Amino acid sequence: MGDFLRAALAVAAKDIRVEHRSRTALVAAVAFAALVLVIFNFAREPAAVSREALAPSVLWITFSFAGVIALNRSFVVERENAALDGLLLAPVSRSAIFLGKYLANLVFVFTVEAVTLPLFVLFFGMDLTGSLPGIGLTAVLATAGFVAVGTVLAAMTVRTRFAELMLPLLLLPFLVPPVIGAVQVTARLLGGRPVSEIAGWLLILGLYDLVFVTLCLMVFPPLMDE
Amino acid sequence: MTERDEGRRLTRRGLRISGLGLAGLAAVYLVALRYTPVERFQGLPQKIFYLHVPAAWSALLAFSLVGIAGALYLWLRDPRLDLFAESIAEAGLVFSCVMLTTGPLWGKPVWGTWWTWDARLTLTLMLFFLFLGYRVLRGAIQEPGERARFSAVVGILGMVLVPFVHLSVYLFRTLHPQPIVLKPSEPSLPWEMLRTLLLSVGVYTVLLIGFVTTRYGLGRAAEAEGERDVR
Repeated sequence: MGDFLRAALAVAAKDIRVEHRSRTALVAAVAFAALVLVIFNFAREPAAVSREALAPSVLWITFSFAGVIALNRSFVVERENAALDGLLLAPVSRSAIFLGKYLANLVFVFTVEAVTLPLFVLFFGMDLTGSLPGIGLTAVLATAGFVAVGTVLAAMTVRTRFAELMLPLLLLPFLVPPVIGAVQVTARLLGGRPVSEIAGWLLILGLYDLVFVTLCLMVFPPLMDE
Repeated sequence: MTERDEGRRLTRRGLRISGLGLAGLAAVYLVALRYTPVERFQGLPQKIFYLHVPAAWSALLAFSLVGIAGALYLWLRDPRLDLFAESIAEAGLVFSCVMLTTGPLWGKPVWGTWWTWDARLTLTLMLFFLFLGYRVLRGAIQEPGERARFSAVVGILGMVLVPFVHLSVYLFRTLHPQPIVLKPSEPSLPWEMLRTLLLSVGVYTVLLIGFVTTRYGLGRAAEAEGERDVR
């Protein structure tokens, strides 16, 4: 178990180090998220729809779109110079490689979300004092599951033609449950509703994470067989 | 018997079963329109029920089988399982199209709207997108082994996603009629209507078997002739 985790952390550290040195993808993803927020502001008819009514949806659409484009990056970097083959030849279990890639993707997507949230507060004039811990927890729960699925799907789509188009096509259906749950929770948190109203949704989000992270750990090794 | 003859034999058998299913479908039309009472509140539009519900069941059945065949493939690595999954996914795509066209046609006169974001509608739309994604992914990979592994994983993930979509959309809100046949208490459907529905479900299942057998036989024959893609 110790070796397994060490291998996973080594893969994750490698990915984070690569990203930290160039920062290209991170800057691009954050800029993309900010632009989505801007577009959304103008996609709303100010007289008909209040900012407050649209805010939870805007936040989660932005997070999930940014997540999808961030996941594309994960295996594209491995494609150059056939780096993935080298990784697969390493004497570590394939599940550990998956876990490493998954953790690195989580760090990446969480970073994008953490930078986007203040922009959301700024652009949409939201007051998050009090609801911030709840929104943070929701972000973690809603992101953890779909990033696991996205990591597996990105490993596949990178080997196909039209990878950039294929990943959203396959991944977006998997965003339906997390987005529904996250929007419901966020709307209630922003409306100052009691915790009892959101507990059920948080449970569903947690269950989704548990099921899909486990399943992805199981299907990744046969996926990478040659 | 050569592999090619085996494929052709299966194709012919599949076509015969499909022909039988189509004849059965004509019988369903006759029984539904002629020998089944008109529903008191919905009137004639309710007749779509006998085509819509079995299509939904067939699509759901097909999708579960794609997931199960995928899991079995990853375990046994038999290329025939992959071909079976491919065949049934294509048949499932057809049935989900039937379901998605008959649904709004029924919804408009009865609910007053073509579409609503109710739990089962959203679920079936997601099924359609998953079938479509599965189909497109298969088309984008050249190497047969890789294509089989990748699509098996998509099938498994999709099968697990379906209950989650249903649960979350159900809690979101729902307008669909409550289950009337498969429910803990007795079916609340009158016998004459239930009879027609069961007939139609049987006919759709025969059609599903016919389509899958035809497609599977075509795949086998094409494989034997060295051209894996029958598209």
